[in-house]
Amino acid sequence: MKTQKNKARVCAELFLRFARIGLFTFGGGYAMLPLIHADVVEKKKWVSDDDMIDMLAISESTPGPFAINAATFVGRRVAGVLGAVCATVGVALPSLLIIIAVSFAFNAFRDNLWVDCAFRGIRAGVFVLITNAVIKLGKKLDWSLIGGVLALAAFAIAVFTELSVIYVILAAGIVGICVRLSKKEEK
Amino acid sequence: MILLELFYTFFKIGLFTFGGGYAMIPMITDEVVSRAWALEGRLIDFIAISESTPGPFAINIATFVGMNSAGLLGAICATLGVILPSFIIILIVAALFDRFNRSRAVKGFLWGVRPAVIGLIASAAVSVFISAVFSGEISKAGFDLPALCIAVGALVISRIKWNGKKTIHPIAVIAICALAGIVVYGLPTVF
Repeated sequence: MKTQKNKARVCAELFLRFARIGLFTFGGGYAMLPLIHADVVEKKKWVSDDDMIDMLAISESTPGPFAINAATFVGRRVAGVLGAVCATVGVALPSLLIIIAVSFAFNAFRDNLWVDCAFRGIRAGVFVLITNAVIKLGKKLDWSLIGGVLALAAFAIAVFTELSVIYVILAAGIVGICVRLSKKEEK
Repeated sequence: MILLELFYTFFKIGLFTFGGGYAMIPMITDEVVSRAWALEGRLIDFIAISESTPGPFAINIATFVGMNSAGLLGAICATLGVILPSFIIILIVAALFDRFNRSRAVKGFLWGVRPAVIGLIASAAVSVFISAVFSGEISKAGFDLPALCIAVGALVISRIKWNGKKTIHPIAVIAICALAGIVVYGLPTVF
């Protein structure tokens, strides 16, 4: 009985902690890491530094938003599947509510001259955000010849054909498996 | 049934997003264009707003697309869809961590996917650039010189390392562009 109560308390706290993290990170992703570390490792001692490294490794190698990966991982560690649900809902809920509110505002003011002008400027700038994301990811990657070919091929296919992006990702993954497995055999 | 379609589409997107929120953009463009959700022109606005509101980019953009194509329930369906694959996969993988982490097949898969994702995001940059500078079709009539100037100017500003170290935050880039838009497009209509 007591442990049941305790678990409910931990789950509520997981929810609140991750809601706070969701509320205070802009852009998401790794911007969240310092906050998660401060709250979850240092303050609550829910998981260790080693767990954080495991979590990063898993997030890097599984699909989906980093924020969700992290919340699910920590929640599960602390309080099982229920904990995972609480932390994940917590990290997503502030965004959901804020965007719903912003959506109403956006649609109400979209036809305003000044808002429209601001968005014409912003539209020109979104390309900058995406370009910078490409540069950042590109710097982090350990490039190889095949990697370069894959990047160029994916780029060309996406620009010049109607082929679904998902097939490009799957094909690149299969090439990766073939290359890596055959290299190991040579040794 | 648009709610199911939203859920299914974002589930698929969540399942194939490797490398952070921006990796979703080419997939969202793909899906939004192929379905009649009437969001094409506004997708760029959504990206800008998703970047400047708190929370994970992926959740923001899913909520935004859902909200604008099918209201509140749409927002919930799209967001649940984008969350669920990660959630399920992490629960499974965390349980099998060691075996998963040592798997050469997993490492190989990611080794191929990572550079491809960079190429895909670059293609999204190109298509967003074209739709901003050429208001849709590439033609002389659609060419928007002020937009090109804002885009190039913002790119330069965003690459400068202030105090020798840090580049400015993406939200600052958006704010500067908004201001530039107001000055370039708005002021001439007043004077």
